[in-house]
Amino acid sequence: MRRSNDSDARLARLLVAPAVGVIALVAIFPLGWTLWESLHRHDLRLPWLGQPFVGLGNYARLLHDARFWGALGHTAFFTIVSVALELVLGLIFALAMNRTYRGRGVVRVAVLVPWAIPTVVAALLWRFLFDSQAGIANALLVGSGIVDHPVVWFVHTATAWVPVILADVWKTTPFVALLLLAGLQNIDPALYEAAEVDGAGAWRQLTRITIPLLKPAILLVLIFRTLDAFRVFDLIYVLTGGGPGTSTEPIALYAFNTLLQNLRFGYGAAISVVIFAITFGLALLYIKGLGAGGAAGTEP
Amino acid sequence: MSSALRRIGLAVLVVLIAFPLYWAVVASLTPEATLFREPSLWPRTVILDHYRALFTTRHFLVPIRNSIVVAGCTTLFCVTVGSLAAYALARLRFRGKGLILGFILAVSMFPQISIVSPLYLMLRALGLINSYPGLILPYLTFAMPLTVWLLVGYFRQLPPDLEEAALVDGASRWQSFTKVLLPLSVPGVATTAILTFIYSWNEFLFALSFTVGPDRQTVPVAIALFRGQYQVPWGEILAAAVVATVPVAAMVLLFQRRIVQGLTAGAVKG
Repeated sequence: MRRSNDSDARLARLLVAPAVGVIALVAIFPLGWTLWESLHRHDLRLPWLGQPFVGLGNYARLLHDARFWGALGHTAFFTIVSVALELVLGLIFALAMNRTYRGRGVVRVAVLVPWAIPTVVAALLWRFLFDSQAGIANALLVGSGIVDHPVVWFVHTATAWVPVILADVWKTTPFVALLLLAGLQNIDPALYEAAEVDGAGAWRQLTRITIPLLKPAILLVLIFRTLDAFRVFDLIYVLTGGGPGTSTEPIALYAFNTLLQNLRFGYGAAISVVIFAITFGLALLYIKGLGAGGAAGTEP
Repeated sequence: MSSALRRIGLAVLVVLIAFPLYWAVVASLTPEATLFREPSLWPRTVILDHYRALFTTRHFLVPIRNSIVVAGCTTLFCVTVGSLAAYALARLRFRGKGLILGFILAVSMFPQISIVSPLYLMLRALGLINSYPGLILPYLTFAMPLTVWLLVGYFRQLPPDLEEAALVDGASRWQSFTKVLLPLSVPGVATTAILTFIYSWNEFLFALSFTVGPDRQTVPVAIALFRGQYQVPWGEILAAAVVATVPVAAMVLLFQRRIVQGLTAGAVKG
């Protein structure tokens, strides 16, 4: 069907234009604007100062901003701990779901609901579970004699992380399990039969067949979850508000506070650009890894 | 893993996953005094006071209406405009196609926070802070790439034979899209719409940044900013959490299989 390749191309441009135009207007143009802002001093509380050009001044100040480095550290900590837990638990979950047929619908719903509810709601559920007075976490810990007095979870940095990490694991492990399950179902069952014949045990089958063949799916999960965890905002905004003090404040929350609480748009833009650059770098790194891992291409 | 062990393990996991939600439902039906003094795994005295307060003194119907309008309009716009683009990207040959797909994928990975401040200045200049368009426009940043990406996947799964037959019979490209492909992809379009709606319903950062006061707040913002006069109003907060969960839980119950397909397809191909 060689007919009308030119008119096809014309039609294609016409059809693609609105969507691409919208994305350019609401995403690309603002991104450029953020970059521009980050090179200026722009304080919405001090409009009479105007917006003087300061070059890389905002970035230079970031280098000496302890709160910025702290926020970066909290974000890295949260990302590494929660993604690692989610990957391990998700794999266990996926292995349990694989080849189980009875009650599949129930499991699927149980898995999907935490994923589908608003993050804000998930955060509130866990704040309630860990409430110092009404929380069931304290009731269990005191009741079983592990601690003598109710723990005031959100007053200490170390204990404040517990509900944050647990809430994230609760909300996103199901998603991880689903992606890994899709990967598991692509593995040829004949491989396991052959391994069985050769006398390989369950552990050997897991480490020699399942995990190597699941590598593309695992990488994919890593991409999605790291990029997502690195942008964490809703969960911590509701659970700890970044507190106590700023000791659990992630980088996105620091940027938000700088921008919309303190109205320091230039400086906040610089933080935003750093977040963008790190996310972009991580994505590139992973895409390279994915390519090397021999996964399917990035095109649908 | 033996199958009995597997089944028990799964049952334990399901209970663990369901527990926080179950607990929220129980607590939302329990009088606050009992809640703090003697928590119990099942409600001893069921009251609906928290729900009543939610819809009377808290005016929770306002954020629900706002969320429905914003998520609904976003979904409608994205699915309409997105399906046109997705058709071209899935079926037509033209230069720069790979570039556009890469561009859409890249934008879908954007951290929202990195465009909050210009969007704020833009909406303020247009007088759109605290308005429906002031939320729908920013929502397009994540919803449009999502819908296009998912729809391209669906359109590609359909065999091209039927359209080609229509073209041979003298139909135009446009006719083969609207008369042949679209009717066939109703399930795919519906799944895309459901996923887009869920993402828009749950969005928090933009809704928090671009609304002022309760008039245009969406459900997540309204819940997150619930305050009591003397103490945390847990009963009402949890009632609100349950109410906010009902629509998405209903969608999950009704469309579970499709949602799983959409999620894994979008991701595996992403």
